[in-house]
Amino acid sequence: MITFTIDGIEVEGEKEQSVLEVALDNGFGIPHLCYHEALKPYGACRLCLVEVTKGGRTRLTTSCNYPVLEGISVQTNTEKIMRARRMVIELLLARCPDVPVIKDLAEEYSVGEPRFIVDHDDCILCGLCERVCREVVGADAITFLGRGSGRKVGPPLEINPKTCIACGACVYVCPTDCIKLEETDKERTIVRWGRTLPMKSCKVCGRPFAPWFQLDYFGKITDGIPKDFWDTCPDCR
Amino acid sequence: MRRITTPQELEEVRKEIQEGRDPSKPCVAITSGTSARAYGSEKVVDAFREELKRRRLGKKVDLRVTGGQGFDEREPLVIIYPKDIMYQRVGPNDAGEIITETLMNDRIVDRLLYANPQTGEKTVRKDEVPFYKGQMPIIFGNNAYIDPTKIEDYLAIGGYSALVKALTEFSPEEVIDTIKRAGLRGRGGGGFPAGVKWESCRNATGDKHYVICNADEGDPGAYMDRGLLEGNPHSVLEGMMIGAYAIGSDEGYVYVRYEYPLASENVRIAIEQLRECGLLGSNILGTGFVFDITVSRGGGAFVCGESTALMASIEGEAGEPRAKHIHTVESGLWDQPTNLNNVETWANVPLIINKGADWYRGIGTEGSKGTKIFSLVGKVNNTGLVEVPMGMTIREIVYDIGGGISDGGRLKGVQTGGPSGGCIPESLIDIPIDFDKLDEVGSMMGSGGMIVMDNKTCMVDIAKYFMNFLKDESCGKCTTCREGTRRMYEILDAITLGEGKEGDIELLEELSWVVSEASLCALGQTAPNPVMSTLRYFRDEYEAHINEKRCPAGVCKALITYRIVKEKCTACGKCKKVCPSEAISGEKKVPHTIDPKKCIRCGACISECNFDAIEVV
Repeated sequence: MITFTIDGIEVEGEKEQSVLEVALDNGFGIPHLCYHEALKPYGACRLCLVEVTKGGRTRLTTSCNYPVLEGISVQTNTEKIMRARRMVIELLLARCPDVPVIKDLAEEYSVGEPRFIVDHDDCILCGLCERVCREVVGADAITFLGRGSGRKVGPPLEINPKTCIACGACVYVCPTDCIKLEETDKERTIVRWGRTLPMKSCKVCGRPFAPWFQLDYFGKITDGIPKDFWDTCPDCR
Repeated sequence: MRRITTPQELEEVRKEIQEGRDPSKPCVAITSGTSARAYGSEKVVDAFREELKRRRLGKKVDLRVTGGQGFDEREPLVIIYPKDIMYQRVGPNDAGEIITETLMNDRIVDRLLYANPQTGEKTVRKDEVPFYKGQMPIIFGNNAYIDPTKIEDYLAIGGYSALVKALTEFSPEEVIDTIKRAGLRGRGGGGFPAGVKWESCRNATGDKHYVICNADEGDPGAYMDRGLLEGNPHSVLEGMMIGAYAIGSDEGYVYVRYEYPLASENVRIAIEQLRECGLLGSNILGTGFVFDITVSRGGGAFVCGESTALMASIEGEAGEPRAKHIHTVESGLWDQPTNLNNVETWANVPLIINKGADWYRGIGTEGSKGTKIFSLVGKVNNTGLVEVPMGMTIREIVYDIGGGISDGGRLKGVQTGGPSGGCIPESLIDIPIDFDKLDEVGSMMGSGGMIVMDNKTCMVDIAKYFMNFLKDESCGKCTTCREGTRRMYEILDAITLGEGKEGDIELLEELSWVVSEASLCALGQTAPNPVMSTLRYFRDEYEAHINEKRCPAGVCKALITYRIVKEKCTACGKCKKVCPSEAISGEKKVPHTIDPKKCIRCGACISECNFDAIEVV
């Protein structure tokens, strides 16, 4: 166990844990948008900034990817942190003024009307969608495209993402809710990536429950599961 | 080139080459690096080759094609040895005359000599040209003596003797100690002590240790690394080999930006030649040292000059930086201990090994040892690459070597360090060039770009230029840099368009603070520097733009008016003829006028007017 302090309070963490993980486990409210416990940390949104003092030197750093170390002292809401955090929120608010989670953050940290020209984007480029697709699902269907202010997420070359199984994991992890899933009897669409797949119906109850392509994929990546397992929906299994 | 398997064999080969060369034999050296090629140097080389052949002088006169020799705006240079006669701006049609006059009849072709633009005085010898006289080209000077595609030339001037010395007389730790004592600091911009970095890398645990040469050189206006790699690739490779030995690495990479095809090619050729003769590969010189180098090309991104982004790029990933609290010397390329250094840093290594740390310490200042190559560009008379000892003042570089301000302008300031650097105002140009001194005044050494600015340069426009560059080159990963740089650009753009408002400066300062404190990598962390330093020294210009809607330097088109001075106008009508938007009117013998609504401030009228009758207000 690694012992260190957060805001003067002694806490314990395990090797390989990040400061943010331990902080959240112990009830410290550090805001974050691009962190997810199931995924590798990315350090992009810059909201989780903390001040870490190690060996006499203090630095401002993201906590999601800073490993816990014996004896460090972490501060979560110094004046410096607040100043940086509020500007980060203001920049995000100017980019995505209509996104609920950003508006909530603005209210929580008393960030008023942005002093910049307001866009109406819906994506904060946190990368959670592309990370879950690559690290957890393994489909690797979407990626970051472009650079700087032109950066966005999408399928390579912005054409039909051939490996997307329309599982909806990206929809689930997105903090701004900008990836929509639409379903009819016949097909499911992940709207943002333009991916439409035909649905397979359950042999028992007849309800369309998953895209054919997705079930084929699961069949390929799993071992020792009988083929007819994929013919029935989870309820009927 | 035969295989060389022992240090003795290397010396034998070297001796053979040197003895086969007669220093008194006439030699025509022609610069043909990228700058010279832009001026058609390849045709000059062809012309000389043909002429020499035609006159059956091929065996009597050596022809050497070199890389750049620094005085880029005067290239192609043709230097005639052994007399060191320098001809500048040579064209293919001059080949015949030079051969006849100078080579065959010992006469000078006066019109091709360098002439001081202010005094008209002409200089014959290269080492007497003011541009060269003030320099200390211990690294870059060798470009004059070698054809970069011939390893024999490098061997002839003592090349790879430092490698032999390191491998046979020093332990790896002793090499590191020498570099530490010499005080070599990174020349890429960081200024970190190279020896300390090497030591950390050597001591880091990992199955594999990598060495990398960062030849991404993204700063606009900086091309020192290009000059070195094109003109003397072996000096860089030798440095890397010595470093690899010291660090315990068997694999190295030279990461060259995509936009440097000639540098890339010449490094590749040099590596091939080293492999052929056995100086790269296994059991180098019979010492058991194993090392090989691969050239990796960038894809066109400034951010890939940042070490973690560069390593991601070599790995085949998109060039995105990652968190820096895990040092790359411990976990870098493929998570292995990696030592990355800049081209010029590596090129300093053989010199230090050969001449010793004490010799090296004798050059430079207390905190910055050795020399630095700068790209001296902008409103200066002599544009090119200059190598000077640390400690020389900016004034000396701009006036003594640079020949002063061009077009009769007045010096306003000098920008150093590229987009991560800052402006040093005229009042501070007596500061010695030194890593720490430049930091103190709000700029930085950076990679060595030195942009000279005159009174017709608008500092707000300069800040806008750099911010435009940075916002396009930001990788876009972190919120602060991606959003911050473009918002800073928007504010600066508005100010230059006359739309600046109260509070803009304060907002720029606030954004600068957050972007520099909270960004992921050095691109973001230093992005606000051009804004911060211009605000520090030229705040009045910002205020004039915002409060008075006036551009004191007369640059920002939205804020200036062209006006004809009645008393000076002779009504010659030239301006009226040349105006593309028909904004000038006036009858014969009546002073003309410019309609500000039609005028696009292109400046054509000002260029045409022989009476200085048009002013910018």
